[in-house]
Amino acid sequence: MNFLLKRMKKIEPLFEKGGRFEKLRSVYDGFATLLFVPDKVTSRGSHIRDHMDMKRTMTVVLIALMPALLFGSYNIGLQHTRAFGINEWTMMHMFWFGFLKLLPLIIVSYLVGLGIEFIAAQIRGHEINEGYLVTGMLIPLIMPIDVPLWMVAVSVAFAVIIGKEIFGGTGMNILNPALTARAFLFFSYPGWMTGDNVWIEGLVKGGGLDGFSGATPLALAKLDGFAQMPSAMEMFIGTIPGSVGETSTLAILIGAFVLILTGVGSWRIMLSMTLGALGMGLLLNATGGSGYTQIPAYYHLIMGGFAFGTVFMATDPVSAAQTNTGKYIYGALTGILVVIIRVFNPAYPEGTMLAILLMNVMAPLIDHFVVNANIRRRLKKIRTA
Amino acid sequence: MEKVEKEPLWTAKNKKLLTNPLGMDNPITVQVLGICSALAVTVKMKPAIVMAISVTVVVALSNLIIALMRKSIPGRIRIIVQLVVIATLVIMVDQFLKAFAFDVSKQLSVFVGLIITNCIIMGRLEAFAMANKPWPSFLDGIGNGAGYGLILIIVSFFREFLGSGSIMGYPVMEKLGVYKFGYEDNGMMILPPMALITVGLIIWVQRARNKSLIENK
Repeated sequence: MNFLLKRMKKIEPLFEKGGRFEKLRSVYDGFATLLFVPDKVTSRGSHIRDHMDMKRTMTVVLIALMPALLFGSYNIGLQHTRAFGINEWTMMHMFWFGFLKLLPLIIVSYLVGLGIEFIAAQIRGHEINEGYLVTGMLIPLIMPIDVPLWMVAVSVAFAVIIGKEIFGGTGMNILNPALTARAFLFFSYPGWMTGDNVWIEGLVKGGGLDGFSGATPLALAKLDGFAQMPSAMEMFIGTIPGSVGETSTLAILIGAFVLILTGVGSWRIMLSMTLGALGMGLLLNATGGSGYTQIPAYYHLIMGGFAFGTVFMATDPVSAAQTNTGKYIYGALTGILVVIIRVFNPAYPEGTMLAILLMNVMAPLIDHFVVNANIRRRLKKIRTA
Repeated sequence: MEKVEKEPLWTAKNKKLLTNPLGMDNPITVQVLGICSALAVTVKMKPAIVMAISVTVVVALSNLIIALMRKSIPGRIRIIVQLVVIATLVIMVDQFLKAFAFDVSKQLSVFVGLIITNCIIMGRLEAFAMANKPWPSFLDGIGNGAGYGLILIIVSFFREFLGSGSIMGYPVMEKLGVYKFGYEDNGMMILPPMALITVGLIIWVQRARNKSLIENK
């Protein structure tokens, strides 16, 4: 370590003002602070600071994502063996098969995203931001495994530039960047984001077992194929086709536990969103009708991307509502919308992505009313006193 | 009759009327007018070009006509008079397109008729033609129509090229053979939101190059 520190110190003057690599200052800073605790101290006035800086927050989220990532890798292998009738693979074999298929997605996502962040930081003269570390991991986890890499690259570039940098970078974006990438891909290349084949590695090229369908539970429910739907237990554990990280509610719950315990993710949003979806599901059950409205309400929590969206997307501290009351409203409305879009929209089987993006846009409005209500309430107190 | 002073046709001021709307005073990117039709007709280049020409004709001629009548229009009913002039011209353009370019006319459908509501036209009549002589008004109309058309053509170029893989209907991407390598046309380019984003990007580029256009907060 000492050797590394000496090296870093030695090349530092090159990046100072007037140095040869002056323009790359933020790159140097980024790497130096990633490796060592910065020795800069506050010079003027006192600043009350939390020990939870952005780097630590992001690291915790990455740790929370690990169960979903690991299970997702295993599930890629598992679904592949099911589709192609392979019987002799062990669990480890399935895991490594899936992991190696997933790795290129992760690499492309980070390369493109971080590349753009680095360039943007140089142009603006900002520090390089850690914001993308989590986004870059979220994006591969919400993609179908068979999506072409160049499409991932294009959608990542779109999400980082249009979804984030235009608004001023991390912390200023209106929409969740990872979902922006997915939405872009969803509307740009729908053939790779919907249907029965894209969710299982290799199935697009053909060669699957006769009569095998790679349809997700959501697609089955949409087409009234309730009889073919996997059992609730399977959907909870996650041995179903779907985007890489979204299938296992169990693995996501472990992540949710980490996030809530460390205080990084907002339990208010997770709770209210779950209750919102559950409530809407029960309401649909109660109002009668047939088909989709009659599936058990809790199915909505374990099907598709609901769990993943609730834990990792809706709780994004930048694009969600900021006030505590606002978080309840934001979460509940998102949950309700998810179910409404799933059940009543004729075109899209999944509603989590669209519901969260829509509520991202509404979040500042919710906050505005919550803050104003608070001001009015307190003004009243002053007047009566 | 009052005496009209003679003025050369191409003064520097008149030339500015033509060139300003193309850049510094563009109706779409700077004044942010006429956005709705810019989103609707820019999926393909051909309809966009026809739309650009139609709007230019309507703005230029209505500017000219209103400028000719400007002294005899009572102030309180001027909007109605302007609308009558615009509506007449739009119907003429519409009928002309139906007669000579039926396919394009079908693609543009309701948007030719909606030129009446295009904010650029009313804006130019109110802001310019009501207070200026016919010749400068005519030039102003041509300039603004061209400024509008320029953006339309740029936007439609990108939307057609990336969304349908062709330019003016010629399948460029197919001839290049990129589909064999797994390239696919971007479906979102055909949807209206992407037109909005493309216009936004043009505004971004323009303001990055020309700092004087950036509004003070």
